[in-house]
Order: sequence, then C-alpha cells, then structure tokens
Amino acid sequence: MKLSVNYEIASTHILTRKKQTLVAAMGVTIGIALYIFSNSIVSGFGVYSKSNMFKSAPHLRIYNKDKVSQPLFTSGNNVVVIRNPKITTLTNNIVNPFTLLKDVKTEVYITFAAPQVNVDMFYINGKSQLKGVGNGVNILEADAMFNIQSTMLAGNLETLTSDLNAIVIGSGVAEKLNVGIDDNLTVSSAQGVRKIMRIVGIFSTSNKGVDESKSYIHISTAQQLAQQSSDYVTDIYASVSNPDEAEIYATQLQEITTYDVEDWKAANADQLAQDNMLGTMTPLISFSIMLVAAFGIYNILNMTITQKMNDIAILKANGFKGKDIIRIFVSEAFIMGFIGTLLGLTIGFILVSIMQTVYIGPPIGYFPIFHDPNVYATGAVFGLVVSLGAGYFPARKASRIDPIEIFRK
Amino acid sequence: MNRDIILKTIGLGKYFHEPQKFKALDDISFEVSKGEFLTIVGKSGCGKSTMLYCLSTMDTDYEGELYIGNEKATGKSTDKLATLRNENIGFVFQFHYLLPEFSCLKNVMIPALKLGKYSEEEVESRAYQKLEMLGLKDQALKEASKLSGGQQQRVAIARALINDPAIIMGDEPTGNLDSKNAQIVFDIFKQLSHDFGQSIIAVTHDNDFAKASDRTIEMADGKIIDHHKIFEL
Ligand SMILES: Nc1ncnc2c1ncn2[C@@H]1O[C@H](COP(=O)(O)OP(=O)(O)O)[C@@H](O)[C@H]1O
Ligand SMILES: [Mg+2]
Repeated sequence: MKLSVNYEIASTHILTRKKQTLVAAMGVTIGIALYIFSNSIVSGFGVYSKSNMFKSAPHLRIYNKDKVSQPLFTSGNNVVVIRNPKITTLTNNIVNPFTLLKDVKTEVYITFAAPQVNVDMFYINGKSQLKGVGNGVNILEADAMFNIQSTMLAGNLETLTSDLNAIVIGSGVAEKLNVGIDDNLTVSSAQGVRKIMRIVGIFSTSNKGVDESKSYIHISTAQQLAQQSSDYVTDIYASVSNPDEAEIYATQLQEITTYDVEDWKAANADQLAQDNMLGTMTPLISFSIMLVAAFGIYNILNMTITQKMNDIAILKANGFKGKDIIRIFVSEAFIMGFIGTLLGLTIGFILVSIMQTVYIGPPIGYFPIFHDPNVYATGAVFGLVVSLGAGYFPARKASRIDPIEIFRK
Repeated sequence: MNRDIILKTIGLGKYFHEPQKFKALDDISFEVSKGEFLTIVGKSGCGKSTMLYCLSTMDTDYEGELYIGNEKATGKSTDKLATLRNENIGFVFQFHYLLPEFSCLKNVMIPALKLGKYSEEEVESRAYQKLEMLGLKDQALKEASKLSGGQQQRVAIARALINDPAIIMGDEPTGNLDSKNAQIVFDIFKQLSHDFGQSIIAVTHDNDFAKASDRTIEMADGKIIDHHKIFEL
C-alpha cells in the first residue's frame, strides 16, 4: 500500500532534520535503556531472592504448631479461664504421618512430597558448642526439593543416603566450630542423646542464620536422636506445580488435615515485603525516567511546529484537515520514539548482558540479572506509547493553528 | 442557482472584537461568474483581505451567506470546508508559502496527493504540465528555497492550479514581484480565465493590473462602493 501524503510529509521533516530527530530519539533511548536495566535488576533480584527462599523453605509445609493450653470443657454461661496458660510441647510430631503423606500426594496440584524429622541439637567440638537444628531427610528427596547440591561448597551429598553417621553442615557451623570435611563432630539432642558424626559436606546459602544452625542428617539418625521410632515425623514438605499460587493450595490442603499448613510466602513474609517495596519503587522510577524522555520529543516537536507555522497554514489552506496535521506530527513523534526505543532496547540488552558476566562470588555467584522478555516487551510498549503521547499534544496545538492569523502577517 | 455563477455572497458582514468592536465588512453582496477575472481594489485597511478570507472558507466567523459553485458553504464543518477548498479553490498569496524542504515538483503535487483523485504517477505528470505552462519545467526537481522570488511565485501558482480548481484566489499575488514578473503572472491569470474557464478573484493595489481585468470591485470601509466594467460574456 502507498503511504499517504501525511506520512510523506512527516518522513521528509524527519529526514531533513536528522539532528533534532536524533536528539529527541536519544532521550527515549536513555530512558528505555535505563528502564530495561533497572527492571532487569529488580526482576533478577526477585528471582534470586525467591530461589534463595526455596533453598530452605518448601512450597508447603505441614507441621504440628505449638498450641497454647485450652480449657478441656466449656460450661453453660460460665467462662472457663486457664491462668498462666502454657505451650503444650509434649508432642510436636505428626501422628500417622505416612497416611497423611499418601493423602497429600494424591492431591493434583502436589508435584512432590516428603517427610522430614527436625531435631533441635547442639554441635560440639571440644569446648565449643553451637545450638542448631538437624534436618533428618532422605537426602535425594530433599535435594530434589531444595536443590541443596547448588549450595554445596565442599564434600559429597550422596554419602548421606547410606551413612547413618554422616552429617552435612552449614558453612557458619564449620567456621564457628573450626571443623572441616572428614572431621568428627559430636551432636547432642535435646533428649540427651549424644552421637559422634563425620562431616561429609559443607553448604552455604546466603542466609547467615541458616548457615550457622542447619545441618542435614539421615532421617533414621534424626529419629534416633529424638529417641523416637521410625514413624516419628515432624514435618511434611510438599512442592506444587505453580509456587506463585502456593497460598491457594495451602487452604486447599488445609481441608484434608488438622495440622497446620504453611505456604512459603507466609514463611518468608518479611523478605517478600522488602522485595515488594523494591517492586513498587521501580515503576515509579521508570515512570519518571520516561517522563524526561517524553519531554525531549515534546520539546523538539514544539520547536518544529513553531518553525513550520507557515507550512501548516498553507497545508490547511490547500485542504488538509485538522486530523491530517495531527497525523503528520504524531507520525514524526512515532518515528523518533521508534528509533529511540529500538536503540534503547539494544543498549539495555547490552548492559544486561555485560552485568550477567560479572562474578560476585559465592554464595551469589554471577550477578543475579537475566533477560526477561516481559521487561523488553513492556519497555517497547512503554517507549512507543510515551512517544505518541508526547507527540500528541504539540500535534494538537498545530492542528488548531488558524491559517488566517499566519497569512495576515 | 444560475449555471454561470461560481461564487455568490449575500449580505456578508464581519466584526472584529479586539481591540474594540469594529465592523470590518458590511453587507457585501456580489456574484462571480465562471471564467471571470475579478479584481478587488481599495485603500489599505478597507477590508479586502478580510473579505477574501471569508470567501476562501478559511474564516467562518461572519454573518450572511456564501455559496461556492452550487453549494452553500456557510454553516459547513471545518473538515467539509477543507475538502471543498481542496477541490474547488486555489490560493496565491503575496508570499509564496512553499514548503522549503520539498522540491518544486513535490510542492505542486501535495494538494493533488491530498485530493487523491489521481494516482501518484498521474499527479506527477500533471504537476510537470503545470510547471511547463509556467515556464518552470527545468526547475521542477530543485528545492523550492533555491529559486528566485518570481520563480517561487510561479511555483505557488502551479500549486494553486494542480487540482484544476473552479476558483483561484489571490491576495496581492504580484505584491512582491517586479513589473516584468507581475506581467507574467497577470498573463497567466488572463489565460486561465479566458482559455480554461477558471474564475479569478484577486486583491490588488496595482491599478494597471486592475484595469486589465474583466471587472473591478472597489471597497471602502468594509463596503463595496463601485463595480467597474461589468463582465460581459
Ligand atoms: N485579526 C484582526 N483583529 C482586529 N482587527 C483586524 C484584524 N484583521 C484585520 N483587522 C482590521 O480590519 C480592517 C481590514 O483589514 P484588512 O482586511 O487586512 O485590510 P486590507 O487587506 O484591505 O488592507 C483593518 O482596519 C484592520 O486593522
Ligand atoms: Mg490586505
């Protein structure tokens, strides 16, 4: 199809004013590049932060929550009150865990579920003691869920599958107790069971609290430390198909059990609140950046129109309508915006690619940033829409020029 | 309406409100026939341009009625009037108002591309014809700003002619030209009206120009005070 005469005029204006076009486009370029870069950082950080949470928190966790003593009876109009109620810590395990586990696994949204025995204990090396929690797991299942392998600094996870005396500890524990791979480490449970373990691996999440307290041991060893039998289970961990909707699944799962179901969002509420704050800041920042970029187009177009009053007047005299004039100048804004957006996307892409090669070191590794198609798509739409908007107002002003005012001069 | 009347006004009046209320046009009624070469004269400030802008349909803020061809222009929307101008009226001003970054040829073509009646190739060959008629064929591809004043004014005339409008309006079209170029423009207008049947309405203060036209309307203080030399077929 042939372009209409309006677009021909617009493109001629653009081509004969390359410098102004570039200046206006440059504003959009810088805006879009900054937009891509900052949003990729936020997006990368979000993914990193989430994957970090998933290193220690399961999508869903079923456990026996501490309960405060409740009156055993209610009586008519009288209110029964317990003075100084205590937390009932007699049992914190799940009764009949394997029946529940089977039920959980039959739910369609559950992709994976595994039992776990958490046991409070002290790590002891000579006179040094450190309080912590031993996670009694089937290490292969736990690795499938938390990708523990990716956090390993040294040693070998697999040993835990067969060796009941093996332990994998956090880097903070290793540091504080001054122990390393193949060293012996004495653990002592709250139930008073002592056991000499052999360190077969050291992991490091980026969570100091976890690294200074957590360890992985065989599930049978944990039951032994808790002085319990093989059907003693404290937690059931489950993965779901879509972790972003974990809270919905949590309420569904709650319907089949009286134990507490906690989703990862509830478990990481503080961290998520911080991430969210960052998430709400970026659109604001992006918006201000784009406003500045739009201002460039607005200014240049206003200048063009002031210089082209005569041209606009004669076009109107010759039969161009108000909407033709608007089309001419909005097209010019669009061309400027298009060039600017394209360059901005390219520069943003290059910046993100460069940042991806920046190595920060463990436990983070490479700078957590990635090419998010959503960021590029919204950036492109944003750039074009803002350019059209910035062009529309000067264009409308041009369309309202009264040719007679011009011819009278 | 009479088959020969191409433009007609009935009781045209116009007020300006700034700096104070003032009647610039008062009860202007006249007709222009097809193929007539009409000039409008009068002292500076008597309302010639103001009247021409009303006739051009660009100024719609007047009382009375205006007919172009068989159509009543008064009361039409600005978009409809733009189309009406595009098809029926060509303009020549004291200043050429060519678009500086386009070639002469493109400048001439633009109103026809807007009209969209002919293909781009046809428009181009028609534009060449008009430029040839005005002795400018060899300047066609030059940028408009590179031409002399007389040449630019002739390009502007070619542009006014491109859609074969029934009426060509000029506001002191020879005002910026030397007598030689003024004579050329005058001869073109004469030819257009007599050979091609197009009507010319030209404001001028050049008495020789006015005397040689078919009819002259003389204005004073916003009124028509005399019709000289009534046009005869
Ligand atoms: N926009 C305007 N506002 C107020 N007065 C105007 C305006 N345009 C023209 N006039 C006045 O109207 C009168 C006629 O002007 P004009 O038609 O330009 O005269 P001419 O073209 O005959 O020299 C003059 O007195 C002029 O000052
Ligand atoms: Mg005048």
